[in-house]
Amino acid sequence: MKGNVIKYERDNIDTDVIIPGQYLKIHDYAELATHAMEGLDPNFHSKVKEGDFILSGRNFGCGSSREHAPIALSHSGIKAVLALSFARIFYRNAVDGAFLLPIEIDEDTYQSISENDEIDIDISSNEIKNITKNQTYKMKPFSEIIGKIIDAGGLFKYKAD
Amino acid sequence: MNIVEKILARAAGRDKVSPDDVIFANIDKVMIHDVSGPGVIKVFDKLKKQGINVDKLWDSSKVWVAEDHFVPSADKISAENIVKLQNFTKNYGIEKHFKYGMGQYGICHTLSHEEALVLPGEVYVGGDSHTNTTGALGAFACGLGHTDIAYVLLKGNIWFKVPETLYFKINGNLPDHVMAKDLILKIIGDIGTDGGSYRTMQFGGSGIDEMSVESRLTLCNMTTEAGAKNGIVEPDQKVVDYLTNRGATNIALVSGDADAEYAKIYEYEGSEVEPIIAKPFSPGNTIVVREAPNVDLDKSYIGSCTGAKYEDLEAVAKILKGRKVKIRTEILPAAISIYKRAMENGLLKIFLDAGATIGPPTCGACCGAHMGVLAKDEICISTTNRNFPGRMGHVESQTYLSSPLVAAASAVTGKITDPRDLN
Repeated sequence: MKGNVIKYERDNIDTDVIIPGQYLKIHDYAELATHAMEGLDPNFHSKVKEGDFILSGRNFGCGSSREHAPIALSHSGIKAVLALSFARIFYRNAVDGAFLLPIEIDEDTYQSISENDEIDIDISSNEIKNITKNQTYKMKPFSEIIGKIIDAGGLFKYKAD
Repeated sequence: MNIVEKILARAAGRDKVSPDDVIFANIDKVMIHDVSGPGVIKVFDKLKKQGINVDKLWDSSKVWVAEDHFVPSADKISAENIVKLQNFTKNYGIEKHFKYGMGQYGICHTLSHEEALVLPGEVYVGGDSHTNTTGALGAFACGLGHTDIAYVLLKGNIWFKVPETLYFKINGNLPDHVMAKDLILKIIGDIGTDGGSYRTMQFGGSGIDEMSVESRLTLCNMTTEAGAKNGIVEPDQKVVDYLTNRGATNIALVSGDADAEYAKIYEYEGSEVEPIIAKPFSPGNTIVVREAPNVDLDKSYIGSCTGAKYEDLEAVAKILKGRKVKIRTEILPAAISIYKRAMENGLLKIFLDAGATIGPPTCGACCGAHMGVLAKDEICISTTNRNFPGRMGHVESQTYLSSPLVAAASAVTGKITDPRDLN
């Protein structure tokens, strides 16, 4: 899975900046996407491309349980968020709804990858290749249940009766 | 096993569970509201297109529905969401739908305790992050997104990783003028906004034994702001009385074993806790009120599941009685039952005499939805739970989080004020 990186070098990117509360009444995914990251980066919608990745620090997605957050990012074209750590509901929503991949990385990887770098994520080998910089990093492997839900394509497909 | 492990083991049909075990837990109660409900409806529509049967819920008697975020309807879209929710509960035979304008309604987490909808020992999930609140009744109460809630509605169970438990032992009572909100802000300031991530935060000790059920609700409510999966207090006679007074029967108490294990124990002396606030833009950005910055406030907001329970309004009334507010002050009781009690006991008159505006129960401006949102550069002191950029309105507005006593004292002076220093 190849794409370019949009880097937000900060911790605690919360759900109120990913999708502000005033938009929670909206359930049209394409419209939600136009407001993604509005609380932090008003240019996000114009610069994001299909297949891009977000890279950020600790506790990404903290705050609300709003599934609007991974939905708005996913429908903006974001395929994965790479972060030092994730808040639990954002992580769970991203996986169970099959919206995007939440990928945990270490501090060195976080520092090494720059804005606009082209990277290639391979979750079968837990490797991230930085094509721009010709480097390779390890991602933290998914836990067993998370890996299975991702492979199935979301919670409903994982345990379909 | 500790209390959470015991509850989850029972729900998973196992003799024992340990932290990091992945289980499918049977769910006892589930809640949706006017934001997560339409999300669930959208998931159901998608499943239907995939040929999955969504004609029946696993058990509609275990489901309850709140209208709280955008009510009274803020605009056309929110009005349509309420209609969607109404059709949904009708189609699926959900009887416990608390509709605004039809008697009791209010913020979902407030209804969970005011209406005794959740009992000790139950596994309760809600489509809202502050579902953690209800753990104060001795339940495993955890917030989920709407895909997970849709799954629970159809199947009656959901996966969990059994969390480790952080135990917060509070020795002795909090002093006068100090509330549970001050204590939980202090704890979040100490452990950080990811200090409880993926874990349970359990509260105990003599300070908790002596604490009212409503104060315990405040503590558990804001475990969400420390990233916790849930907050919990072992239920006692106070919880039994509280729920019995609200019509609950067949309450069974549950507690951890004598050899229960905790990942970490934190101890606090109740007497050492002071009025404290969280400065913009994080609930972990705390400072004691007497060292607070000297800012000119524009507004005091007293509302939300965190800070508009009856006990919170009583605290506000104690300050506002015989005084006038100096800045815009909005008071929104968190449920109609609380509103009514505040009316019967003279609290509303005190608020009106002080110059405050009283609003209907709603999540309202707490989540920047409507009814009192902030303009650019406006500064608010608030009894709510979050102060991220743009949380209560414009991305360049600012919110200071405080206890109801501090928000009321600050309403009187227009500055961030320690209630102990009020003339």
